[in-house]
Amino acid sequence: METLIIMLIGILVAVATYLILSRNIIRIILGTAVFSHAVHLLILTMGGLKQGNVPLLKEADAPYADALPQALILTAIVISFAVTAFILVLAYRTYQDVGTEDLDELRGAKNE
Amino acid sequence: MINLLLFPVLIPFLFAAVLLLFPKKVKAQRIVTMIGLLFALASSFVLLYKVKVDGVQALTLGSWAPPFGITMVSDMFSAMLVTSSLLIAFFVVWYSFSSIGEAREKAFYYPAILFMLTGVNGAFTTGDIFNMFVFFEVLLMSSYVLIVLGGEKVQLKESIKYIIVNIVSSSLFVITVGYLYSVVGTLNMADISVKLAEIGPSGIVTVIAVLFLIVFGIKGGIFPLFFWLPGSYAAPPIPVIALFGALLTKVGVYAIMRTYTLFFTTDVGYTHTLLMILSILTIVVGCIGALAYFDVKQIIIYNIVIAVGVILFGASVMNESGMMGSVFYLIHDILIKGALFLLIGIIIKITGTSDLRKMGGLMKRYPMLGWVYLVVAFGLAGIPPLSGFIGKLLIVQGGFEGDLLWQSIFILASSLIVLLSVIRIFIYAFWGEEKGEHLISDKKYRHLLAPAITLATITVLYGVGAEYLVPFMGDATNVLLDPSLYIDAVFEGVK
Repeated sequence: METLIIMLIGILVAVATYLILSRNIIRIILGTAVFSHAVHLLILTMGGLKQGNVPLLKEADAPYADALPQALILTAIVISFAVTAFILVLAYRTYQDVGTEDLDELRGAKNE
Repeated sequence: MINLLLFPVLIPFLFAAVLLLFPKKVKAQRIVTMIGLLFALASSFVLLYKVKVDGVQALTLGSWAPPFGITMVSDMFSAMLVTSSLLIAFFVVWYSFSSIGEAREKAFYYPAILFMLTGVNGAFTTGDIFNMFVFFEVLLMSSYVLIVLGGEKVQLKESIKYIIVNIVSSSLFVITVGYLYSVVGTLNMADISVKLAEIGPSGIVTVIAVLFLIVFGIKGGIFPLFFWLPGSYAAPPIPVIALFGALLTKVGVYAIMRTYTLFFTTDVGYTHTLLMILSILTIVVGCIGALAYFDVKQIIIYNIVIAVGVILFGASVMNESGMMGSVFYLIHDILIKGALFLLIGIIIKITGTSDLRKMGGLMKRYPMLGWVYLVVAFGLAGIPPLSGFIGKLLIVQGGFEGDLLWQSIFILASSLIVLLSVIRIFIYAFWGEEKGEHLISDKKYRHLLAPAITLATITVLYGVGAEYLVPFMGDATNVLLDPSLYIDAVFEGVK
């Protein structure tokens, strides 16, 4: 099971990398979103996808499932959700002001 | 088990939340921000005293015994960084009163600064690696707000790149934490240190170490991951650059120093040699950049890159002199970069340009500015008895003791380039014929100069009074070089 999930994560990371390397801002943002999904799956896998009881001590017999990766994923999902929302708004605002979504044309300094 | 070490994190947070309630009342915003920073500063000094007297302080939240609860740890190193970050924020806010403009002040400028301080101080204080990621996100989110605030075209163009780079590096951070968790099964930094020492040298641990170097290297701006830094830092107004330049890269540097002394001490031959090589390359690139531009902002920004290299070189040799030098130099650099940015901010306000070729002859009308700039520039280059000297001396001494002869000589040579790059600003801006008109009134000039001079005075005192700081630096170095002090403080009363 772990091997399958790891391969899935690999595919997701490959897709994300491809998207992030493009010049269109929206594609890049989608790339970061896919990347964060891959990362969340990775945390889950790193905790081990073992079959275990609910982690309520003494209520059920050992082995217990590892509850920590789930807590971590929850935190990471919330953060990546907020950041994605922020950057989408910023991309829209930039498009309104500068009139382009091509990263090559978004150069700030004159002598860059 | 005391709550004191949470105060420098929570007080800015509380005051920022209060400030959100009345964004349009500029005067009230200014006063409340100053009161909040003074309270936080007072608490951090009490914390400094407490750590000096009683040793490393640790607190595990929610009455969970470590390693299960989230631990906050304040050793001398983190307490000093917390104090200096609050100090810098105080001066930057003071400077902002007459520099940033009312439009930005009404658009949640001060709350964003205080939230960023929450993140910075939290990252310095936390003893839990995932919690460090969360605090990184807190400070990054506030920095996103600060970098786009105002919405000028340059800001919008550059901040998109800054944010994308940081999102990717945050994802890498989570990946790395995931790998680390799969190896050691814990997130508590003291516990990770114990477990990694039990595992001993192993391939996967080295991979994790290098991944951490990449993650924190992107934040800290080491070679070759600094590519985003010069462009993004030049975009926002000067007070924001001062905060970013003084604090944000240093959080990355702190995280590298912490993980490379607490976790990855089993395969020093590979990981720390890599760190050493990268730090030298960082200095090379920084030197090239610092000499290549006629833009005052770019010159100082590349000096940030150089300083990151020098600090990490001292940390990579892993002996007492080198480490103590790094701690000295890190705090020095926070203070002096803040002062330098505030001073060149005044130059830019007066001349209305950041291009050196279009300014000149400021010495006639603004002699005070010139002399203060010169003193700070000498301090940056490390001319004794100013603040940069003692740190660099110890780092170079550490390099010689670690048999890194050529690298140490190279660091000495880089000081000359640093000196040349900042003196170029002095020569172009202050000497020669007066060019253009002066754009600010004398009153505003005085208001801008006051915080800059006070901060410059503090950097001078930091250098002259180095002898009195040695016991503090010694404590910080001891904890860095002997992780058992850190671990024992966290597990006090458990084992």
